[in-house]
Amino acid sequence: MNEATVNGQQRALTGIGAHTTALDWLRSCGLTGAKEGCAEGECGACAVLVAQPAESGRSAESGQSVASGQSDGADGADQTQWASVNSCLIPAAALNGQEVVTSEGLGSPADLHPVQSQMAANGSSQCGYCTPGFACSMAAEFYRCGRAGEAADVDGERSTDGAVTDDGGKPADGAVPADGTVPDDEHGPNGFDLHALSGNLCRCTGYRPIRDAAFALGAPQDDDPLAARRRKPAPGPVATDITGDDGRFVRPATLGETLDLMAGNPDATVVAGATDFGVEVNQRGRRDPLLIAVDRIDELRTFEATDSHVEIGAALSLSEVERKLDGRLPLLEGMFPQFASRLIRNRATIGGNLGTGSPIGDAPPALLALGARIVLVSPAGEREVDLDGYFTGYRQTVRRDDELIKSVRIPLPVAPLTAFHKIAKRRFDDISSVAIAIAGEVADGVITRARIGIGGAAATPLRAHDTERALLGNPWNEATINEAAAVLGAEGTPMDDHRASAAYRQSMLAQALKKFHAENDETLEVSA
Amino acid sequence: MSRLAERPANPSVGKPDPHESAAGHVTGHALYTDDISTARTDALTAWPVQAPHAHARVTAIRTEAATAVPGVVRVLTAADVPGVNDAGEGGDEPLFPAEVMYYGHPVCWVLGETPEAARIGSNAVEVDYEELDSLITVADAVAAGSYQGNHRVSRRGDPESALDEAAHVFSGEIETHAQEHFYLETHAALAYVDESDQLYVQSSTQNPSEAQVIVAQVLGLSSHEVTVQSLRMGGGFGGKETQPHGLAAVAALGTTLTGRPVRLRLNRNQDITITGKRPGFRMSWKAGFDDAGKLVGLKATMTPDGGWSLDLMEPVLSRALCHIDNAYWIPNIEVDGRTVKTHKTSHTAFRGFGGPQGIFLIEDVFGSSAPALGIDPAELRRRNFYQPGHTTPYGQPVRDCERMPAIWSQLRQESDFAARSAEVESFNAAHPHTKRALAITPLKFGISFNQTSMNQAGALVLVYKDGSVLINHGGTEMGQGLHTKMLQVAATALGLPRTAVRLAPTRTDKVPNTSATSASTGADLNGGAVKNACDQIRDRMADVAAGMLGVEPADVDFSGGMVSASGASGSGASRSGASSASSASNRELTFADVAHEANAKRVQLHAAGYYRTEGLQWDPETWTGTPFKYFAYGAAAAEVEVDGFTGAYRTRRVDIVQDAGDSLSPMIDVGQIEGAFVQGAGWLTLEDMRWDTSDGPTRGRLLTQSASTYKLPSFSEMPSELNVTLFDEAREDGAIYGSKAVGEPPLMLAFSVREALRQAVAAFGPAGRKAELAHPATPEAVFWALEAARDAARQPATDTTTPNPTLTGG
Ligand SMILES: Cc1cc2nc3c(=O)[nH]c(=O)nc-3n(C[C@H](O)[C@H](O)[C@H](O)COP(=O)(O)OP(=O)(O)OC[C@H]3O[C@@H](n4cnc5c(N)ncnc54)[C@H](O)[C@@H]3O)c2cc1C
Ligand code: FES
Ligand code: FES
Repeated sequence: MNEATVNGQQRALTGIGAHTTALDWLRSCGLTGAKEGCAEGECGACAVLVAQPAESGRSAESGQSVASGQSDGADGADQTQWASVNSCLIPAAALNGQEVVTSEGLGSPADLHPVQSQMAANGSSQCGYCTPGFACSMAAEFYRCGRAGEAADVDGERSTDGAVTDDGGKPADGAVPADGTVPDDEHGPNGFDLHALSGNLCRCTGYRPIRDAAFALGAPQDDDPLAARRRKPAPGPVATDITGDDGRFVRPATLGETLDLMAGNPDATVVAGATDFGVEVNQRGRRDPLLIAVDRIDELRTFEATDSHVEIGAALSLSEVERKLDGRLPLLEGMFPQFASRLIRNRATIGGNLGTGSPIGDAPPALLALGARIVLVSPAGEREVDLDGYFTGYRQTVRRDDELIKSVRIPLPVAPLTAFHKIAKRRFDDISSVAIAIAGEVADGVITRARIGIGGAAATPLRAHDTERALLGNPWNEATINEAAAVLGAEGTPMDDHRASAAYRQSMLAQALKKFHAENDETLEVSA
Repeated sequence: MSRLAERPANPSVGKPDPHESAAGHVTGHALYTDDISTARTDALTAWPVQAPHAHARVTAIRTEAATAVPGVVRVLTAADVPGVNDAGEGGDEPLFPAEVMYYGHPVCWVLGETPEAARIGSNAVEVDYEELDSLITVADAVAAGSYQGNHRVSRRGDPESALDEAAHVFSGEIETHAQEHFYLETHAALAYVDESDQLYVQSSTQNPSEAQVIVAQVLGLSSHEVTVQSLRMGGGFGGKETQPHGLAAVAALGTTLTGRPVRLRLNRNQDITITGKRPGFRMSWKAGFDDAGKLVGLKATMTPDGGWSLDLMEPVLSRALCHIDNAYWIPNIEVDGRTVKTHKTSHTAFRGFGGPQGIFLIEDVFGSSAPALGIDPAELRRRNFYQPGHTTPYGQPVRDCERMPAIWSQLRQESDFAARSAEVESFNAAHPHTKRALAITPLKFGISFNQTSMNQAGALVLVYKDGSVLINHGGTEMGQGLHTKMLQVAATALGLPRTAVRLAPTRTDKVPNTSATSASTGADLNGGAVKNACDQIRDRMADVAAGMLGVEPADVDFSGGMVSASGASGSGASRSGASSASSASNRELTFADVAHEANAKRVQLHAAGYYRTEGLQWDPETWTGTPFKYFAYGAAAAEVEVDGFTGAYRTRRVDIVQDAGDSLSPMIDVGQIEGAFVQGAGWLTLEDMRWDTSDGPTRGRLLTQSASTYKLPSFSEMPSELNVTLFDEAREDGAIYGSKAVGEPPLMLAFSVREALRQAVAAFGPAGRKAELAHPATPEAVFWALEAARDAARQPATDTTTPNPTLTGG
């Protein structure tokens, strides 16, 4: 039987079709804490927690390839993490065999969860409609492995009388987050990363009381059931085949089955994190006859870092990639926090970002600047193609219908100077008007390496070859930069839309190079 | 002190209580309209058929293909309406229109067994249209002479001569854009005929009484046959003042025709494309200053874009005209206002209700003129504050205007304004590519509905013989904390702890004929009514208790749930409970004892409360009167940092001092101030509503119709540091327990951010240049403004905006 564990209780996945969202299913179960605010992953009112495999940072170093969810946890390390996700985008069928916690499962009015009692005491809710979603996003960060180390003992306690108290406590003085984060605008003294809430919108509070609640959280208590749950393995993928009036949803057990199913059904739709596909379903009424879920296929979830390259499995979520890279590639490190929100990144895959073929995706320009290559797999075997040249037209690529993106391969070493500039109206969680990724090197005052990827400037992501030529071999000075910036401004054919004017996009391309120069000028002079 | 404003000892009001539903909010247990609908598994879903034209005649509707869709039960069209086919009280909003008036206008509604069936059914309805010419921009409408509503003029003195004689004259033209409410909960209604054969509608509305009127009107029923409940809203902000009522009527019509409950919830795209917004305004002004920087004359025009029907545009325009003065004395003024009619959604109330656009204009005057006058903008603003004895352009004395300079200097101190201004200057000198600025702006906002008749409210308070209390009032809860405040008011008036009082959902069968919960008046009006009901009951209970205690009724004290003799003569109302121990009778009764005894003695333990705001008067023809009970004051200081490469910016720190009277509920009020501020900053800087103004096939279509294209402030727009202080010693004698309204005014504190951006932009260019900044000040708008400033720095200054630029320094 198809079922999911919700708030510790088994629930049959009945009455759903292939396109039914997890949100609609949860609400039909009477769990109306999760709300629909936008149905496109933007507001977080629908946020819930799911149990995902925890990965162990740089464990895959020195060449061995490790599939996620396989860490043995021998050192007592967490094997499961609570990830907050947008339930409005996830197909309900994808929850088969999985564990979900909603705001109702965190606590009840008579027995508030520490996150809930902090929010209630700090005035974090006004109309309350966004609040259950915030509680879930905040809880995910509360339980983030390695967030706060030794924290005050009272903080994580449940308030037993249900009364809203504000004695939920501040972290003990001098408590240092285990991950070593330094408190700043976006990080609390308890290691709380505000980006955890970047995918939740509140129209009422102006956010300050939500931030205060987040920064006042301590560490979970030892007997906290959700904290304890982290020490056991996460649920594995469960092969699924569900058919409704609206189509069929299949999660094949193996890569082989997946490729066969694709080969036999040319009209099939591959779905990974569904952060793009779910929007199509909700906003444009997209209903496809056959959905094939690929997000839990082991062969697509590998991660490998050697001296000569980094290889990233296509079905790894951006959050997983971020943690696995662990700062190895500063260019990507700079991109992650600007890519959608934590809620989205917990589901969105690298393969999906390339798979959409969108000209405004953020990974392509970054990967172009890194000189990445794409590994494609089909029943006929694997082939590797250069990302430069992969995109052939608006949402067109060299990938054949029977091929899956298996992984992305980034050659090492990467040029020492890199930057990712995303131009958008809003700093957190917005789509790029343009994005510019730059990787370069300067030796003895001369530019010796330059690779630039741009997005939002044409029908496809582009390598800025002309600009690169204008830079290479020339002195690293304002004159070169100004000349090259003019060339960069003319690469692509940006358009006018509601996000930005063509003129602004063009200017931003040029400005990005100037900013890159201004920011790195001094560093270079010092180190030269 | 008035009895209304006087607080007893140890009152529940004034405590920083969390929201009454906080525990329900955080756990997801608090229910909203569509949560209730979800449980009604027998309910049909209503789905709109939206027109793909901005202006067209509907020539035919064919529903056969739709009703053939499995699960589709019925298509509702104009032919089904037994009463009046109109969604408003003005008669200009047909619910099932024969003429499409905007892109996305619903022409009919499909009822389906499931949302999916209704959605597919709506795609299958065939509608024939005859396309007509459309007016999308204000300029289109002005050119076509397409106006609606009255032409209003606010005039005092002789602005023409004042401008002729002024030492410095500046002018400007600017357009503010529309703002989407984006309450997180979209519009929703659930209708069914209940067990008593009454038509019951649960609606996410700020005005259940109007929902009742519209439902009755559409169905041809009397009001007493329809009950509307508004349990709570997931945000309203004015967007649920009139807009829910046609939707409630559709659900109600569906239920009467099918005998099934009908559930209607707009999804986000439908909500944005169907319902009205904060209207955009086109404005122009000409302002004259004397050599000391005093504003001597102002002529201005305001042209709001009302969209396709009048809705609330008349009062919105009134409020805009009544707020163009903000906190400033303008001796000679003429403002001309007239609303245009365009083929867009019907624009409506939104927090501030025209006030923000009025204040926008005057702050634009000061902000852009200050550099050209050579006077520091903060100083220029201060010099023009109202002085005691001044009246507004519409003739109302500016009571308590001395609070403005007091708040101003308190804020300057608390924000360390002078020292930080100096820091900003040295930062700017050292950073060619990044500029900071610190700006401070004042606020005065009038409280009461401009339309005098709306300033009334009712309540129903029930005391049960066990001493427990249930209150009802006519105001609705949308997150602003009104219910929390009403619980505190009732607890205070009855001398009870807050937990002894419960509140029942707002329903038209409990309190009739209510006004919308809007114009920030919710607590003033309903608080007055709740207190009035409680006072009646308490006075009757005091008689009973007097007998029990053997003292005079005037000496009975209600405090902390106990009833005792206060032991001295006097009003009795403000005695502290502690003194009762030494009184003649040291017996203490519980509130429940007295309630029980009162019931036994056949003394009435419930009361209908009523309140109307006294002293209001307004003549729209002469544009004079006393429309406002009082003014709320405030000021904000904001510091921003602008990236010269991109125009991107951050708000580094904001300090606010706001006059909330003696706050009824400080935590709630601080929440309102912060939330309004960020919402105002969103309107001024980020939120960018765009329509297709081309002549293409989707002319008139909203381009920003989803959360991915219409960006609200998120965590990244929250100021890194935000300090809010409630102005002390601020009792307002004319309002409930000395408090002041706080829902709307602080939205207009966000001008400090816009003005800081303007100053930061100016810092990229030469001094003395008139500083222009478009609305909204998105990174792109800021970039173009600072490019213009940089260009001016490159070319030697030729200032074209000051006719006689003789003055330097201030
Ligand atoms: C609120 C929101 C914000 C967003 N912000 C950003 C942003 O800032 N930057 C950005 O770049 N994107 C953004 N996106 C878009 C989206 O999240 C990304 O494109 C994401 O990487 C898609 O991954 P996914 O796994 O969810 O893809 P899915 O939705 O599952 O699939 C997307 C497409 O890729 C195909 N596909 C998926 N995996 C494979 C594979 N292994 N092989 C072949 N084809 C495959 C699918 O068939 C489908 O056509 C945002 C989306 C949302 C909803
Ligand atoms: S409903 Fe808005 S993110 Fe899911
Ligand atoms: S509390 Fe209303 S949207 Fe957040």
